[in-house]
Formats: sequence, C-alpha cells, structure tokens
Amino acid sequence: MAEVNEGAAAPSARSDYSRYPGTFKPPAILIQRAWLRRTLWIAALVWLVLALSTIEVNWVRVAEGMERGWRFIKGFLTPDFTSRWKDISAGLVESLTMTMTSTVAGVLLSVPIGIGAARNVAPSVVYYLCRSIIAVSRSLQEIIIAILFVTMFGFGPFAGFLTLTFATIGFMAKLLAEDIEDIDESQTEAVRATGASWLQLINYAVQPQVMPRLIGLSLYRLDINFRESAVIGIVGAGGIGATLNTAIDRYEFDSAGAILLIIIFIVMLAEYSSGFVRKWVQ
Amino acid sequence: MNTTDTVPVWQHRTTGKRLLIWFGWLLLVALCVYSWQLMTRDTIWAFVADAPRQAADLGSRMFPPRWSYIEKLWMPLWDTLNIATLGTLLGVVIAIPVAFLAASNTTPSKVFVRPVALFIIVASRSINSLIWALLLVSIIGPGLLAGIVAIGLRSIGFVAKLLYEAIEETDRLQIEAVTATGASGAQILNYGIVPQVLPAFYGISVFRWDINIRESTILGLVGAGGIGVQLQASLNTLAWPQVTMIFVVILGTVVISEWVSARVRHAII
Repeated sequence: MAEVNEGAAAPSARSDYSRYPGTFKPPAILIQRAWLRRTLWIAALVWLVLALSTIEVNWVRVAEGMERGWRFIKGFLTPDFTSRWKDISAGLVESLTMTMTSTVAGVLLSVPIGIGAARNVAPSVVYYLCRSIIAVSRSLQEIIIAILFVTMFGFGPFAGFLTLTFATIGFMAKLLAEDIEDIDESQTEAVRATGASWLQLINYAVQPQVMPRLIGLSLYRLDINFRESAVIGIVGAGGIGATLNTAIDRYEFDSAGAILLIIIFIVMLAEYSSGFVRKWVQ
Repeated sequence: MNTTDTVPVWQHRTTGKRLLIWFGWLLLVALCVYSWQLMTRDTIWAFVADAPRQAADLGSRMFPPRWSYIEKLWMPLWDTLNIATLGTLLGVVIAIPVAFLAASNTTPSKVFVRPVALFIIVASRSINSLIWALLLVSIIGPGLLAGIVAIGLRSIGFVAKLLYEAIEETDRLQIEAVTATGASGAQILNYGIVPQVLPAFYGISVFRWDINIRESTILGLVGAGGIGVQLQASLNTLAWPQVTMIFVVILGTVVISEWVSARVRHAII
C-alpha cells in the first residue's frame, strides 16, 4: 500500500510501468528459445507446401467418386444384412473363433515370456532372450506377419490364428513384464524369507499381484484381436475382412455397411463387457 | 491333535465361490476347444505339415535382400511419411471439436450432442485404417489422398477419446477462477481448459503420429499410396529379395519414428 502511494506521488516512477506488458501472454510450452521456435515453424511450413505439392489428385476421378461415396453413406444408413448373410455369418464365425483361440494361445505363451522378461525375477540371459522375442513380435505389423504366414500355411483362418497369436505374445508379454517389475517388493521378500523356491515365489508373491491386471489386459487384447481379425482377411488370412474386401470390390456398399456396423457393434459390446468384468475382478 | 481336526484350515474363498470360479474356467476351456474345432474345420492339414519346408524355401528366396532396390524406395518413403503426417494433422483438426463436444464438462448438450460425438469416436476407432483405405480407394480412387483421408479418419477416434478424457480430468478450481473474472465461454475454454490439456494433447498427437507411420507403410497394399504399393507389386511378382528390402526399410522407419516420438513425449511430460 505504502509503495503504491509512493509511486503515485512521484511521477517519474510511472514510466517504469511501461516495462511490463499490458496484456497477458501465455508462456511458450515446448521451446523456450524464440529463434528456434520460429525456425521450426518455417521448416514445418516449407515441408507442408512441399508435401501438399507432391499429392497428385485426379479431381475428375474424385468428382466421379462422390456419387459412390454418397451411395456408401446411404448403404451405411440402410444396411443390407440379408442378401449376403451366408458369407457374412461365415466370415463372422471365422473372425470370432480366430479371436478367441488366438487370444487364449497368445496369453498362455506370453506368461512364461513375460515372466522371463521381468528383470526382478529372471536371470539376465533369459531376460535378454525374452526381451528380444518381444521386440521382434512388436516391431512387425500384423499385416506383414499375415503375409508371411499365409505364404507358409496357406489361405484361411489358421494363418490368421498364428498371426494374431504372434502379435498377442509381444503385446501381452511386454505389459506383463512391466507389471511384474512394478510389484510390491516387500511381499516378494516376505515370501522369500519363508524359504520358498522360485516357483513358489512366482505363485505366491507375483501371481496374486499381477492377476487382476493380466485378466484386464487379456480382455483388452481380445478386443484388439477382433479388430485386427477384420483386417488380416484382406491378405487372405480368413475372417470377416475377406468378406468385407469382396463386398467393397463389388461396390455392394449396403452389404459393406452391414459388415462395418456389425464390427462396430461387437467392438462396443466387447468394450462395455470388458469394463464390467474388470470392475468385477478388482 | 484334537484341535487340528476341529479347527478348519484357513481358505481364501468359500466352497461355493471356488466352485463358481472353477466352473468359469471350465466354460472358458470348453468355449476355446469349440472355437478351435469350428475354426480348423476347413483347414487343410497337409499344408500346415508342409509349412517348415515352405518356410525354409521362403527364407532361401528372401535372402539376401536386394540392397540396390533402395534407390526406388526413397520417393515412396517420402510419400509414406507425408501420408502419416498430413493424415495426423487432418485427424487432429477434426478430433479437437469432437473431443470438446464429447467431454461431459464442455459439451453443449449431454442428451443430444454427446451421444453423437461418442458414436463418431467409436465408429472411427473400431474400423482399422486399412479398411478405411479400402473404402476410400473405391470411392475417390487410388493414390495418396485416399491414404491421407484414411489415416485422418482413423485418428479422429483415437485422439478425440484420449483428449476428451483429459478434458474431463481438468482441475475445476482453475476453470472456476477464470469464470469468476467474468470471462466469456470462449475465454473460459482458452484460459481455463486449454492450458490444462495442452501437454496431454501434444503427447497424444505425437503418439498417434508414431502409430500412423506404422500404419501408413502398409496402406499401399490396397492402393492408397506409399511404400505399400511397392510391397504389393513385389509380392505380386514374387520378387522376394525386394520384399525383404522393403521390410528392412519399414522396420527402420518404424524404429526411428518410435524413438522420435518417445523423445518428444519425454520432453513434454
């Protein structure tokens, strides 16, 4: 209060206020140095112009396509479930069974690999071996694995089953290993102090701590595997993706809309029920 | 001696509960066996038994990779990176309003607008970008544009979902403080909510960009541009050394983009 009065009394001090900005300006979050920020913005702009210039758009084709796009939207709004129901249901059965078996097989295989990839319970040789298995499984996309497996095992859901199992291993084992590394060490110590063997340690100290999350992750993976099973059919690995591919190739957008709606419905169902089960487990 | 006979041994669960859990596992095993039988009904086991020989054959065809082929891959790789980045931009631009409409604390109407926004999110998330690409190629023709739009459509759901969750988790006190100064709705959004979700937003966008690089490498399989077009051409002509080379390039790109994304996210959070 006294300082303000003093400032008001002496007119020469008023000019000092001009040093401060009159309006609020939010601070920069990412990059503090202004010149670097400006250079990056300019670089991004140059890239944008270059990138947009390399897109070759055939506007005539796009204009022709608009009519088909409109038909797709109409097909999506008035889906046709009946005329291709035999193919749709066959694809759906393949997709669902593939999802189920590959998730179970993948989770079963990922448990030993996940335990092996946890630094606090595995020796370093096993640790590096399991980590490299995870790295290989995670860096290859499902589609690429599916292409290779279809060449090796022939067309059909068996190749899809192997693909999804392989992808599940990397996903589950990595998250399981991270979970095991995060467990409460005092419980492991308590079990170890009773003279428990390594197997007993895993069974009584680690397993109860990670089980709820393992179940939750398995359900999440079930959901992902179903979504992926709709895709790998495009390269011949069975499932509803093959049916969808055919429907789109034949411009039967009402059947394609029906398939897409079924996929959305099952994914939503899986999401809701997995949330329910996870609440029940924990 | 007597006490050990009469005092029951401690058990984690009651008998009924254990029976129920056992029954649940039984059901799971039965379902799994049934699914397996249904799935392998049409499997030709001769092909499966032949697989090791096929794998060895494939291996001998694929190695060594044709290193000189990389000269033809630079342009498709540039296209792939552009598809991923422009697609992410497109997706993010659409996802921001959708997220604000879906978040329960910023939506204009919980009864009418929010369910629509949530349906957009679910629909976009359930359908893989490859399927979007398949659709778009048949609608607007093959090329980069179909790939960009496919990546964009798939990104909407992912970004909007994570962003609307971040918006719902914002601190109410800060918003209240901004409201108390007499700020308008837009000003509350700008000064109360946006600064709170901005770091999360950058993190989500970079994360999605990383995933999109991965996905855009294969979009060409259905004709949506990028390095996948070369992959499809090489697969069709059974040029396996070229396929290996493309896999090497894809793997390298994915590893680099993952590293960049991890660094950026680490710097923000």
